[in-house]
Amino acid sequence: MVEKKTPVLETRKLGVTFGGLRAVSNFNIQIYPGELVGLIGPNGAGKTSVFNLLTGVYSPTEGTVLLDGVPLNGKKTHQFVQAGIARTFQNIRLFKEMTVLENVMVACTKDLSYGLFSASFRTPKYWQQEQKVAEKSIRLLEICGLSDVAGLPAASLPYGRQRKLEIARALATDMKVLLLDEPAAGMNPTETAELLACIQVIRKTFGIAILLIEHDMSLVMNICERIQVIDYGQTIASGSPEEIATNKRVIAAYLGE
Amino acid sequence: MNLKKTSNGYLLNTVVIVLLFTAFQILTKVKGSDGSFKLVLVPSLWQCCYLMVLACSLNLVLGFMGQLSLGHCGFMAVGAYTAALLSLACERSGFFTGKSDPMFLLVMIASFLAAGTLSALLSLLVGIPALRLKGDYLAIITLGFGMIIVNIINNLPFCGQDGLALGSAAASLYKNGLGFGSKAKVQFLWFALIVTILSLTLMFMFVRSKYGRAIRAIRDDEIAASASGVNVAGFKVLTFAYSGFFAGIAGALYACTNATLSTSSFAFTNGGILNSTFVVVMVVLGGMGSLTGSAVAAAIMFFVNYQIKNGTWVDLLPSSVKGIFEYPMLVYALVLIVVILFRPKGIFGSYEFSLQNLIPDLRRAAAQRKAARQERKEARANG
Repeated sequence: MVEKKTPVLETRKLGVTFGGLRAVSNFNIQIYPGELVGLIGPNGAGKTSVFNLLTGVYSPTEGTVLLDGVPLNGKKTHQFVQAGIARTFQNIRLFKEMTVLENVMVACTKDLSYGLFSASFRTPKYWQQEQKVAEKSIRLLEICGLSDVAGLPAASLPYGRQRKLEIARALATDMKVLLLDEPAAGMNPTETAELLACIQVIRKTFGIAILLIEHDMSLVMNICERIQVIDYGQTIASGSPEEIATNKRVIAAYLGE
Repeated sequence: MNLKKTSNGYLLNTVVIVLLFTAFQILTKVKGSDGSFKLVLVPSLWQCCYLMVLACSLNLVLGFMGQLSLGHCGFMAVGAYTAALLSLACERSGFFTGKSDPMFLLVMIASFLAAGTLSALLSLLVGIPALRLKGDYLAIITLGFGMIIVNIINNLPFCGQDGLALGSAAASLYKNGLGFGSKAKVQFLWFALIVTILSLTLMFMFVRSKYGRAIRAIRDDEIAASASGVNVAGFKVLTFAYSGFFAGIAGALYACTNATLSTSSFAFTNGGILNSTFVVVMVVLGGMGSLTGSAVAAAIMFFVNYQIKNGTWVDLLPSSVKGIFEYPMLVYALVLIVVILFRPKGIFGSYEFSLQNLIPDLRRAAAQRKAARQERKEARANG
C-alpha cells in the first residue's frame, strides 16, 4: 500500500439517475489535504451534477460521499457545509441586496451559537460573538482584497470581485474542501490572473483542499496537481496535467474522433 | 468605535422614547377627560398601536424573508380570543374585580403573553409543513388558514357569545375582561404604548442579528443561503413563529380596544381596515424590509381610513366625488396605485428611520437630489 494518509474528501461509486438518465455513474475521487484537483469534461458531461452530489443538493441514488472518512449520506445541504464542504456557483449567487460584509457574515451563522433570547435582549454573549464574527469576516475580505468595499451592496461590485466575494463567503464556513465551479468563467485575462493569485494565497493561508471545475485549459493545466476527466457521467481519465494532455480518450472526448 | 456608536444610538433612542412617553403621560393627566381627546385621539392611538405591531410582524415574513403570508389576521384572531377568554376566565374565577384591581395588571400581562405564545405555536404548526416547500405554497396555506380559523373559532363552544360557556348573560364576549371603555382606554394608554414599543424593539433586535441576516439571505437566494451553511427550513419556520407571536400580541391589543369580539372582523370579507390583504398593502406601502416603514404606513392607512369614514371634509365635497368615498376600497386602491407609480419600493424602501442617523441621512438625500437635478440640467443643456 502506498497510501500515506486518509483523503479529506472521497467518493465511492457515486452515482445519480434522473428518470432514465444516468447523469453520473461510478464516480470515484480521492482528494488529500492541501491538494488542488481539477475536474474537467465537455459540456453536459456531469461536472456540475458531481458538485451537486458533493454538496448534498442531489441525494445520490448509489454510492457515498465521505468527508475525513465519515459518510455524509442523508444529510442536507447546510449540514454538508457545516461538516466542511463549501462551494461557489457557476452563475454567481450572491445575496444581492445585502452588503459585502453581510454576505460573508451570513456564512458565519454556524459560529453564532446565541439563541433567540440573546438576540432579542442583546446579552453580552450576543455582542461578543457578533464582534468576533465581524472581525473574522473583515479578515477574510482583506485576504480576498475586498475590504475597501465592505459596506457596499454586493450587486454593485464588478464581475471579477463578485467572484472573489463568493470565494470569501465560502471561506467563512471554515471548510476543509472548497469546490469551485468554473471560477474563471466570463473573466478577462487580467481578472483570471488576479483570481489565480487569490486562489494561491488561499491555499497558502488555509492549507485546504480544492476541487476545481474549469473550462479555461491554461488555468487548469497551470495550477492543478491532478486532473480527473469525465464524459457522459463516467470517469475517462485521471492523472497529472501532462498525462491528461496526451491522453487519447480525453482528446477524443474534447475534439471528437 | 462601531460599538460605541451603536450604544450611543441606543441611549439616544431610549432618552427620546422616555421623553415622549412622559409627555404623553402628562397629556393624559391634563386632558384625560376632554371630549375629543377621550373619544377620538386615544381610541385612534390604540388602533394605530395594534396595526403597527401587526404590520411589522408581517414585514418580518413578507419583507425580510420574502415569503407571502395572506392569513396574518388569522393569527391575530387567535391572539385576540386567547387574551379575551383568559382575562374573562380570571374575572369569573374571582382573580380580580374591576380594572382598578392591581391583580388586573398581572392578568393583562399574562393574557398578552398567552396570546402571543398560542399564536406562535399555531404559526409553527402552519409553518412547518408550508415552509419546507418551495415557492408560493405558504401563500396558499395561509390563505386557507385565515378562512378556516374564523370558522373554527365560531364553532368552538367556549368562544361563543357567552364566552367560556359559563352562562354569562351578557351579549358581549368579555366586557368584564380585557375590553376597555373610553375611560379605561385613557387610563391604560401607557400599557398599549409600552407593548407597542417593546414589540417593535424586539422585532428590530431580531432583524439586526444572525436571524435577520439569515432570512434576508434566504430572500435574496435560497440555494446560496443553504450553500453558506444556513438551515433554510429552520430559519423560515422560526421566523414565521416569531412573526406569529407578535401577530398574537397585536390581537391582544385589538381585544382591549373593543367591547365585543366577532370573528367577522378578522375575515377576508371584512371591508374595514382589519383584513389580511390590507395588512399586506400596509407592508408594501411602507416598504418591504423596513420596520419603521411598516409602522408609518400602518398609521397612514389608519388615518386615511378614519378620514374617509369620519372626516367632516368629506361632506363638503361635490356629490360626484363623494360617491367614491362610499366605497373606501376604491380610495385605498387609488392610494396604492399612486404610491407604486412614484415610489415603487414603498415609502421607505428598505431604509430604516433612525434618530441618530437622521441628519446625515437627510444631508445625503439632499445631496443626491441636488446631483440628480444638476444632471438633468446638464442633459437639457447638452440637447
